[in-house]
Amino acid sequence: MKPPKFDYFDPTTVEEALDLLKEYGEDAKILAGGQSLVPLLNFRLARPQVLVDINRIKDLDYVRENNGTLAIGAMTRQRTLETSEIIRSKCGLLTDAAELIGHPQIRNRGTVGGSLVHADPTAELAAIAKALDAQMKIRSSEGERTVAAKDFFVTVMTTVLEPSEMLVEVEFPALAPSAGWAFEEFVLRHGDFAVVGVTTVVTLDAKQTCTELRLAAIGVDETPFRDPEIEGLLQGQKITDSLLDELAARVSEKVDPFTDLHATAEQRKHLAGVLAKKAIKKAEEAAILNLKKES
Amino acid sequence: MPQAYRSVEITVNGLTYNRQVEPRRLLSDFLREDLDLRGTHVGCEHGICGACTVLMNGYTVRSCLMFAVQANGAEITTIEGLAKNGKLHPLQEAFWENHGLQCGFCTPGFLLSACELLERNPDPTEEEVRVGLSGNMCRCTGYQGIVESVLAAASKMKAQK
Amino acid sequence: MKDGTATMVMTPPATKPKKKEVSGQELRKTWVGQSIKRREDPRLLTGRGTFVDDITLPNLHHAAILRSPRAHARILSYDTREAENHPGVIAVLTGEEVGQMSKPFPVGVTAAFKYYSAAVGKVRYVGEPVAVVVASDRYVAEDAMELIQVEYEPLPPIVNCEAALEADAPVLHEELGNNIGCHRLLNYGDVDQAFEEADLILKERFVFPRYSSLPLETYAVIADFDAITGMFTVHSNFMGPFSMHAVAARALDVEENKLRFIVPSDIGGSFGIKTSIYPYIVLLSLASRKAGRPVKWIEDRQEHLMASSCQTDRVAYREVAVKNDGTLLGIKSKVIENVGAYLRAPEPACTFRPIGNFVGPYKVRNVQLDAYVVMTNKCPTGPNRGYGCQQIYFEQERMMDRIAEELELDPIEVRMKNLITAEDMPYTTPTGGIYDSGDYPKAMDLVVEMSQYTKLRERQKKARAEGRLFGIGIATGVDPSVSNMGYITIALPPEFRARAGYLPKSGSAESATIQMNQRGKVSVTMGTTPQGQGHETVVTQIVADELGITPDDVVIVDEFDTAKHGWSISSGTYASRFASVGTSAAVLAARKLKGKIIHLAAALLSVPEEDLIIQEGKVFAKDNPEKNITVKRVAGTAHWNHELLPDDVEAGLQARAVFRFPANVAPDPQDRVNSSNTYGFMVEIAVVEVDPDSGKVNILDWFSVHDAGTIINPKIVEGQIYGGALHGIGGALFEELAYDDDGQFLTGSFMHYVCPTAVEAPKLTIGHICSPSPLTLLGSKGAGESSSETAPAAIAGAVADALGPLGIRINELPLNPKRVWTLIHESKTP
Repeated sequence: MKPPKFDYFDPTTVEEALDLLKEYGEDAKILAGGQSLVPLLNFRLARPQVLVDINRIKDLDYVRENNGTLAIGAMTRQRTLETSEIIRSKCGLLTDAAELIGHPQIRNRGTVGGSLVHADPTAELAAIAKALDAQMKIRSSEGERTVAAKDFFVTVMTTVLEPSEMLVEVEFPALAPSAGWAFEEFVLRHGDFAVVGVTTVVTLDAKQTCTELRLAAIGVDETPFRDPEIEGLLQGQKITDSLLDELAARVSEKVDPFTDLHATAEQRKHLAGVLAKKAIKKAEEAAILNLKKES
Repeated sequence: MPQAYRSVEITVNGLTYNRQVEPRRLLSDFLREDLDLRGTHVGCEHGICGACTVLMNGYTVRSCLMFAVQANGAEITTIEGLAKNGKLHPLQEAFWENHGLQCGFCTPGFLLSACELLERNPDPTEEEVRVGLSGNMCRCTGYQGIVESVLAAASKMKAQK
Repeated sequence: MKDGTATMVMTPPATKPKKKEVSGQELRKTWVGQSIKRREDPRLLTGRGTFVDDITLPNLHHAAILRSPRAHARILSYDTREAENHPGVIAVLTGEEVGQMSKPFPVGVTAAFKYYSAAVGKVRYVGEPVAVVVASDRYVAEDAMELIQVEYEPLPPIVNCEAALEADAPVLHEELGNNIGCHRLLNYGDVDQAFEEADLILKERFVFPRYSSLPLETYAVIADFDAITGMFTVHSNFMGPFSMHAVAARALDVEENKLRFIVPSDIGGSFGIKTSIYPYIVLLSLASRKAGRPVKWIEDRQEHLMASSCQTDRVAYREVAVKNDGTLLGIKSKVIENVGAYLRAPEPACTFRPIGNFVGPYKVRNVQLDAYVVMTNKCPTGPNRGYGCQQIYFEQERMMDRIAEELELDPIEVRMKNLITAEDMPYTTPTGGIYDSGDYPKAMDLVVEMSQYTKLRERQKKARAEGRLFGIGIATGVDPSVSNMGYITIALPPEFRARAGYLPKSGSAESATIQMNQRGKVSVTMGTTPQGQGHETVVTQIVADELGITPDDVVIVDEFDTAKHGWSISSGTYASRFASVGTSAAVLAARKLKGKIIHLAAALLSVPEEDLIIQEGKVFAKDNPEKNITVKRVAGTAHWNHELLPDDVEAGLQARAVFRFPANVAPDPQDRVNSSNTYGFMVEIAVVEVDPDSGKVNILDWFSVHDAGTIINPKIVEGQIYGGALHGIGGALFEELAYDDDGQFLTGSFMHYVCPTAVEAPKLTIGHICSPSPLTLLGSKGAGESSSETAPAAIAGAVADALGPLGIRINELPLNPKRVWTLIHESKTP
């Protein structure tokens, strides 16, 4: 299990990296944290001719607050999600979900951008990006474009990125101080990729009526699942058990999962509903708590 | 132009090494074969078992999921650097006292992971120790001795502070 | 170790024994029984251990193995030219050449098929070695490996062992005409009568999965062939039995003394699997021969998962004859054991190693075992912790629960009803096992008390009332240790064993060599190859006691070398043998040395030997303490001053002893055999709750009571129990080496083959009782496999109990969320 030969570049600026991507096109692969790519190289399941290692581009490792949004550089380590005060205060869902990503050794190296671009259908960050309508800032030597998370993930391990492009930043909206959130998942072992996961953000008004529900599920489709109709079910409603049961049933019905070694499609459908209910309840409780804090 | 070999300067356990490496050379192989530091063990080469865990600039990393060239300029601590001046680290002492190892193959990885764990959380609960070490596999101990060792080391280290 | 529950004793440092009255016998046994800190640990804690991959040799080259991507295919051609021309490549060895350079491995069955260290003519499982590349380093070897072209003609694969028995099944080994590697119908007692007398007959079909040992260190071999002397020198993490050394020598067609095995001081775990490394030792030896230089091969994890070894998967039909009071009268068992593509030695031991303890702890006298050992297109199998026992105890204990269910008895009661008692010891089982000691009802009482079983049942009632799936599982087992080599010949029919010229097989021995230097300090070497069991520590404790010295005076060297050590066919560290036979060898050697010291002291002091004792480093005349000499001076004399040595005393001070058991005989014509030598006991109570939404089984509590005779180092024993239990739990809940119907391997990484981590591992409450073995010199028995044999049954019982109200029966493992959820889901779907 030794990686095949490749040509190696470690540019220190985004521009240099983009020039390399332009030059080598489909032969090149970007090496970010390497926690998914290097295993694939070691198994020789990936064999790029050129590896563009962007770990030396210091400019891509940042967390900034911009007019109510949170901008995270693509090379920000997943560890930073746990430790950054800005992230905790603006988008605590990221902080709370971080410990679900692998293990400390993985998060020390793994990056926010790397996880999103890898587009594993069970990756937590992809679910959050989709649920929060994160904006992906993409650059090539030709210019820059921004793609919404809902358009970013194409299918299993595939995004809209062209060979000459790289993800440089992801922008998450700051969560309302009164919002509550949760990430519930079923894993075989702590730290594994989820079998099924559901993340949700619940916003309540002063009367504890739901003004907004955001919900995304992973492990149930080729890309994170999100459905406006389902999210609309709670709009303007008091959250009740029967309403949640109905929502859970709708989630189970609408997702289109797969059977693999670790779970059946039926099991995943069921779990998606159960976890949705559990996550919303937890998020609602948190939202109520936040409301009380505010008042 | 890409180079077939790259010069690297890597500080391991306080000593700086200059070597030429193929870019694809895994950091784990570099440490073991090029520097002859055989204490870092390789158990899966796909980042699950944790046997090859080392500290890079103070943080744990899987050395099988990094290329040596990526560690150019970095400071690395391997198991060989944990005991100082012939004195075992409190974690090493605790593993010895609490039967925290059997075959010893996974032990270097566990010790370095536990180092980081206790640095972040000097007073962990048993549950936190288990979660904190879930990135390391052991097939001998059923983990009981390891968990007890880390808890014992934590209380000892706290008392020493 | 006193009877009753164990307390976790904090380990005192290895300096001074507890204060004791110094009076003759009293001084003995001060170190044995203590949890002294391990002698192995300092090197392992500081990264200074010596594992095979830490060893390098001059001009060392590295191998990569090209493996079959197909489950079953004919090899039409190889093209190795491009690989051979690749820069850095020294040699490419193909399976075809392996067929020319070596002989098939011998195996103890009559079926005549050929198994080589690489595929010859045909591939029969995914991962089978096809060619070996030797190159300057592993990276280059893997590059070149990809350049080898092999042309295959696909053949239909067969992976299911029952289907493999069907008349139209694809045949792996054409020379056999079918896929049966071995078939034996064994009858003990009068099974027909037992079934006639029964009030109740129950029959079930059981499926036991393939899981494995998965040590953190994979296989590792350095082979070095010397063309001038014809000598093969091999460094590897081979664990024994050294009968496999003989098997390797036959394949290499070399005399045993020209095949030197060296095992370094440290092996990174094994749990049985490193017995089956020997085909790779042969393959790499051939590669070294072709390359003309030493070759290192470190198996990678993918190779290990797909092609090292694992335990058998099996289908078993078990029928029991029972009286209305729960008395078990008879067992009929039909077993279809899947040994994969080649029946590889020591297989079919999976079926026959537990033959003597087939009935477990129960008094049943009538047994029929109809055993088919079948070859399919899966990886060949071999020992895995518990070797054969987890399968039979799964079937046995599931049946005991079925009996309880049918007769509306408590599962504890049914078991108690049938247990062999202390008064029955030593107990000869219908299959020929001789249980040396034990008090099974007492152990059962203890686990009932420890677990507060009655309260557990109340807890369950409450949980059920709340709609929760709460279950309690009980599993007992007799833990065989120190295999009698003769058991394997049960695979041969008695007529075959009776033939003139056939060499019967029996026995089990271990050796220890002890040397005292001129200053009275001691070094010991053993014929063992420990993989983390702490032999250095335990032998130190034993020798210190025997010679009245402290552990600091003793050095144990763990390395093993067939050219330097005392060893025999049965040497090695397997079948939980060290605690019985290894410790006894150490005692015997120490006593022999002590005899020599006394003999020499007698001459030096002019006192009769029988009047002398050794105490605190001195040899005294019992009645006249003034008359004494230090052991150091005796040793100094033996080494430095031969002038004073009587004629019958050899210079220097050393002793070698070999310990063997009395009741090690070959199988009798009725196929009865005492398949092991000492027999421990364990009983588990597992408490689980099943999450109906995910199908996940959560372990809430675990109680485990053991009888391993005298315990020499409690911490080490409990470490073994923890590890063994988790091994069994892993197999019952998480781990499976899975194949699809085409024989493609599905679990080639740790993402797919799921091993429990610290989060999933339960805490155990461990208790001990102690029934010393009358056969071993310290009364100790093995304990390293124990709970690995009973944990799967305990989990199965607990999950069955939890899901019982849904009408679900558990006859198949693993109970991973997928299976459990599907069972629950199907039970709810009309």
